[in-house]
Amino acid sequence: MSWGGADVGLLADAGKIKRLVYAFVSLDSIPLEPLFARARQDATIPEVCEWDEGMFFTGLKAASERLPFLPMRAGLGSDVLVNNPDITTITSPYGDGETFVAVPALKLDAALVHLNRADAHGNATYLGPDPYFDDLFAMAADEVYVSCEQVVDTAGLTLDTPVQRLLLSRMLVTGVVETPNGAHFTTCTPDYERDEKFQRHYATSAADPEAWSAFKQRFLSGNEAAYQAAVAAFAEEQA
Amino acid sequence: MNDITRAEVCATAVADAFKDDGEIFGSPMGIMPMLGVRLAKLTSNPDLVISDGESLFLAGVPPLFAKAEVVEGWIPFRRVFDVVAHGRRHVMMGATQIDRHGNQNISAIGDFARPKRQLLGSRGAPGNTVNNRTSYWVPRHSPRVFVERVDVVTGVGPRLAKEAGPAASTYNDIHRIVTDLAVLDVGGPDDTVRLLSTHPGVSVEEVRAATGFEVHVPTDVTTTREPTPGELMLIREVLDPRGLRTKEVST
Repeated sequence: MSWGGADVGLLADAGKIKRLVYAFVSLDSIPLEPLFARARQDATIPEVCEWDEGMFFTGLKAASERLPFLPMRAGLGSDVLVNNPDITTITSPYGDGETFVAVPALKLDAALVHLNRADAHGNATYLGPDPYFDDLFAMAADEVYVSCEQVVDTAGLTLDTPVQRLLLSRMLVTGVVETPNGAHFTTCTPDYERDEKFQRHYATSAADPEAWSAFKQRFLSGNEAAYQAAVAAFAEEQA
Repeated sequence: MNDITRAEVCATAVADAFKDDGEIFGSPMGIMPMLGVRLAKLTSNPDLVISDGESLFLAGVPPLFAKAEVVEGWIPFRRVFDVVAHGRRHVMMGATQIDRHGNQNISAIGDFARPKRQLLGSRGAPGNTVNNRTSYWVPRHSPRVFVERVDVVTGVGPRLAKEAGPAASTYNDIHRIVTDLAVLDVGGPDDTVRLLSTHPGVSVEEVRAATGFEVHVPTDVTTTREPTPGELMLIREVLDPRGLRTKEVST
């Protein structure tokens, strides 16, 4: 389940997705995700659940509130309800008895999120302008793993940034891992923005089988340290 | 101010789609919609609320993709859903396909189970179209875009909304479809696509030929107005000095 980007593309390419719930899969500055597109066009993902993005948000909210569903308008009249025949509607017991989509809870076994800073206990802050939905993913999941740019002392979390940015509380978090540049090649504002050159290299490589196997060989055949070293070398070549 | 380009006519046509909206969130997807919304805010509708396309409401009207000098609010992704449900919003989306009944597709081409071409996905189109005013921008008006029936219904047209009941139809409001050839809406018989105006130099026959279904052509089709000298100055000198608009509409 993802607001999909290269995370979905890479998992699809590795054949690791049995069921995918998404509202879009995009590289943002490049509209289409080539590995996801190929997986869809070759029908290699067994179960594909394409929702409206507001439904996706509402599904996470339902799970976070331990409700089986929440009602909303989004989806009515669209093929989201045709292509997800398990999603049904619910009629209001009040007023004119209008019928809404009963958005099912998106219950997760595990959530993987990346934030700017965390303490060792799992309290974590985002420092950019958008918290996205990482707290909702956390509340919808049984186990939550937070990777972060920097692990700091608890006191350091609010030293230079407002307390409102503390998105995650330790009571939600199972494990913390410090992974500098761990969101690469996506954005992690203000630590870094999207690596557009690398993303272009990813997208053009992914569109061609030979280039893609070279990409995997260079960037995806070792551990995280090897990846970061290869990324640094790539950046130097491109400079 | 002669040599008005088609792209400049399109920009004012987009701006005109937002002129009567009052104090709502004008939410453009893509270059030409962003240009038109900002032009509307500088001319016909100064009350429009605009964003940087990411998470900030902008108090001023900066050029395309420039940083704002003054921020007037916070609109992270999660809060967009609040505004959508609340309804005080007019979105202009793209469309890979639009059909005779004003349904839109940005999900996939071909059979959904195994598409010929996977596109973005449904994004927010289902929710947008049953909650707030929605318009479409089509940079290349052709029979490949305007099809009898879309392959996947992402944006819901008025007829499907009515069939789905009042919860879907009450706020369904497909306002304008602006293309490189014409301005259309969904006010034709039986909630079908209707031609409102053709751009200067474009004939009704050209629009018919470029539309893959029988578009409703009323007797009072007009010519899309040309931008005023003031609007041309704003487009060329203020909002889009780099000419990004010509990447979408080149003629």
